[in-house]
Amino acid sequence: MADKQYKLVTCTINGVRRQTMVDVRASLTDMLRNDYQLTSVKKGCEVGECGACNVIIDGECYNSCIYLAVWAEGKNIRTLESLMGPSGELSDIQQAFIDETAVQCGFCTPGFIMSAVEILESGKEYSRDELRKLLSGHLCRCTGYENILNAVEKTMKKRLAMNHEV
Amino acid sequence: MEEKGSVLGKSVKRVDAHDKVCGITKYTDDLCGKSLVARVLHSTIAHGRVLSIDCSEAEKIPGVVKIVTCFDAPKNYFPTAGHPWSTDPAHQDVADRLMLNEHVRLYGDDVAAVVAEDEVAAAQALRAIHVEYEEYPFVLDVQKAMEDGAPQLHEAFPNNILKHTSIRNGNYEEACKEPGLIKVEGWYDTPTVQHCHIENFICYAEMDKGRIVVTASTQIPHIVRRVVGQALGIPWGKVRVIKPYIGGGFGNKQDVLYEPLCAWLCTLVGGRRVKLDCTREETFVCNRVRHAIRGHIISWVRPDGTYAARKLELFSNQGAYASHGHSIAAKGMGAFPQMYPCPNVDADSYTVFTNRPAAGAMRGYGIPQAMFLFESHTDDVAKAIGMSPLEFRQKNLMPVGFTDAFSKNVLYTDSYNQCIDKARVYMDYDRKYKEYAQQEGPIRRGIGLAAFWYNTAVWPISLESSSCRMVLNQDGSVQVQVGETEIGQGADTTFTQMTADTLGIPLENVHVISCQDTDVTPFGTGAYASRQTYVAGFSIHQTALLLKERILDYAHELTRMPTAILDIVDGMIVRKTDLQVQMSLEELAMEALYSLSHSEHLTAESTYQIKSNAYSFGCTIAEVEVDIPACRATLLNVINVHDCGRLINPALAEAQVHGGMSMGIGYGLSEQLLFDEKTGRPLNNNLLDYKLSTFMDHPHLEAEFVENYEPTSVYGTKALGEPPVCSVAPAIRNAILQATGVAVNELPLNPHNLFRRFHEEGLV
Repeated sequence: MADKQYKLVTCTINGVRRQTMVDVRASLTDMLRNDYQLTSVKKGCEVGECGACNVIIDGECYNSCIYLAVWAEGKNIRTLESLMGPSGELSDIQQAFIDETAVQCGFCTPGFIMSAVEILESGKEYSRDELRKLLSGHLCRCTGYENILNAVEKTMKKRLAMNHEV
Repeated sequence: MEEKGSVLGKSVKRVDAHDKVCGITKYTDDLCGKSLVARVLHSTIAHGRVLSIDCSEAEKIPGVVKIVTCFDAPKNYFPTAGHPWSTDPAHQDVADRLMLNEHVRLYGDDVAAVVAEDEVAAAQALRAIHVEYEEYPFVLDVQKAMEDGAPQLHEAFPNNILKHTSIRNGNYEEACKEPGLIKVEGWYDTPTVQHCHIENFICYAEMDKGRIVVTASTQIPHIVRRVVGQALGIPWGKVRVIKPYIGGGFGNKQDVLYEPLCAWLCTLVGGRRVKLDCTREETFVCNRVRHAIRGHIISWVRPDGTYAARKLELFSNQGAYASHGHSIAAKGMGAFPQMYPCPNVDADSYTVFTNRPAAGAMRGYGIPQAMFLFESHTDDVAKAIGMSPLEFRQKNLMPVGFTDAFSKNVLYTDSYNQCIDKARVYMDYDRKYKEYAQQEGPIRRGIGLAAFWYNTAVWPISLESSSCRMVLNQDGSVQVQVGETEIGQGADTTFTQMTADTLGIPLENVHVISCQDTDVTPFGTGAYASRQTYVAGFSIHQTALLLKERILDYAHELTRMPTAILDIVDGMIVRKTDLQVQMSLEELAMEALYSLSHSEHLTAESTYQIKSNAYSFGCTIAEVEVDIPACRATLLNVINVHDCGRLINPALAEAQVHGGMSMGIGYGLSEQLLFDEKTGRPLNNNLLDYKLSTFMDHPHLEAEFVENYEPTSVYGTKALGEPPVCSVAPAIRNAILQATGVAVNELPLNPHNLFRRFHEEGLV
């Protein structure tokens, strides 16, 4: 009886192939936090309302709290921990969150940054209003969203300008 | 005052931002590791008594370790408010709490608790517990709860009145008989709302050598230690509380929540680690909420726009338990005779128990409610006497030199008018006010103004004291500890700037220890009352000077120069007379620690008791577009302007204002916790149905400042944490009034409430 509740899940997490037994009822949030100590993945509601647990699965953002761990089989998962360079260098979007004072308590920050990564990697240019909509799956009670918007927009423009030069 | 090259007034980056953008900042759940899991069983009636609880089925569930019920809980009544202990028993907080309750007073009260090996077993056990209740009638409305014959929540408080206080200035009854006065009267109402920090309340407890160690997401670790001791009936020194980084607090965590229950459960399972992690649904109902306050105001005004007499009644909905109690309504009422001084004022405030969630501290502490009442009424008065809301305010707002006899607070500068003038310019207020004066048609615009009153810290109502410790390291850097807590607002960063400035060392050589531990952090009462920079400023300044004196004494030994001509500049010991560098602080620290002739660990520790506080004023101007047939108001433009003294870190200050404005917009337009009238059950205690402001719900948030150096503060600073939320909702309400001519006196200003009023006024 008990064995049936566990299943081996093999997936790629932050570029590395990983394997672990998970409770079939566990969420991806649980697996990432408890089995892989990826504590950037935060729990704010555990029902997909706040966006604090957001991660990128095969290039697309998901609230990992309402994504079963067993669904991760064969998937490529990225969390905030993957963004730093080999010597801990910050990515441009992380630096922008610091520079634009877009961080306060910091609890919603990892989820927001991963949505920003999805937006930035699309290579598209969005208006401020479009960015608001794209980021609206995240709740933040500290910042009023203002500086988060600035951080994402400035990074987007910087990346687009760089691509243009290339 | 500010010196050239000072790090004060500079927008240095947050000291904790790097770790937060990397996801390596550790919050309570990140630190907990493997643990037992505690869950609480909540009542499914709003009022009644638990007759029996059958745990027999639940106990059979594999993984269940322990189940306790309200019949097992110790009967040590304790208070929960995050107030300093009062040495005067008459001034102590109401101790009406037990860890689990036989007499349940709200839908969601705590009646039993399960400790299990994992979440699943705990959840299954909760479902398998059977509770038999005797149901009592319940009451949700604050004024109905005061009526004779209303359901009684607490025996010691007849008519459910927790407290009633009054202000009697001059002679209201006589003054309102003056001939020619215009009477303006209104009722105003604010809803129950919740803090909605993104990290829910969480704590875990474990035993260590006979003591209980509680790690909690709290704003007030030293107060939690005291209350856990009170609740468990054990000496306070047997409790150690650790406060790591927290995912927001906003006042909810300025209350003792489930720390006592978690600590007690830990003692029942042999001291094993027990974690109690609230769900979002529990956070809404079983933590604290903002007091819903209803108010009745009568103003007697002369045709020239001066007040002859004023009367206020406040009815503050306390919910089921006392928590911060009457302090909130009292603070709100206290603003009434001060903001618009009038010689004849009668004011009464009542804090009343009802069968709703317990109300406690929330950002602004009664002032957002009071400002909605007072500033809505201010526009109503201006309209009644045919004066513009701006001119009426300019005529009546607290004048420079105003002194409050109780707090001894003085308005030193013309903050109100300076802030309003700055906001007017940004918003092009004067032109828009005229332009929007006469409108017809279904879509109309309006512009509204509201000011706010706030005072920093809690002196003289309560103790104000701050303690600081500084320790010099081998490399010339220092550790700094204070009892004031980082809760996301950026306190650690401003403390770093203050220390660097006063000690004369580079910012990167200041290490503020963010994690608080009641075993090692100097005593302090925590984060509340927008007091962090103000009160910690005194002890940081005093302690830095003390450490500096010790460093220079040691430098005197090494250099043979008198201390009077020595100073520390940018981490160097400098001879002031010729600015010659004598040695680096690092060289001095190494010598001091390792000298074979005179070894000394250079440290300093001191307490500063603060016996002052400071007004912190400002305003909001909001521009709205109202779609009358849709009964919808859209915020187009908004600005807050604050005078919070000298800005220690302008970028952080601006960010703080954004967050407060956002909370104010939610309060104004969308947020309310709803209850089923038939059962008392909360209807929308989740982030989908409770309409917290999202990215889509506000326009650009403009935050500006007027910087008048606060003369009572050692760094010229005063309250900013709470003030930004205070004047937003009434400004929106007043903008809707200008657009439509309709006074909507009940928050939130959502389509439901607008429809009711537009319908009454014949607009729809």
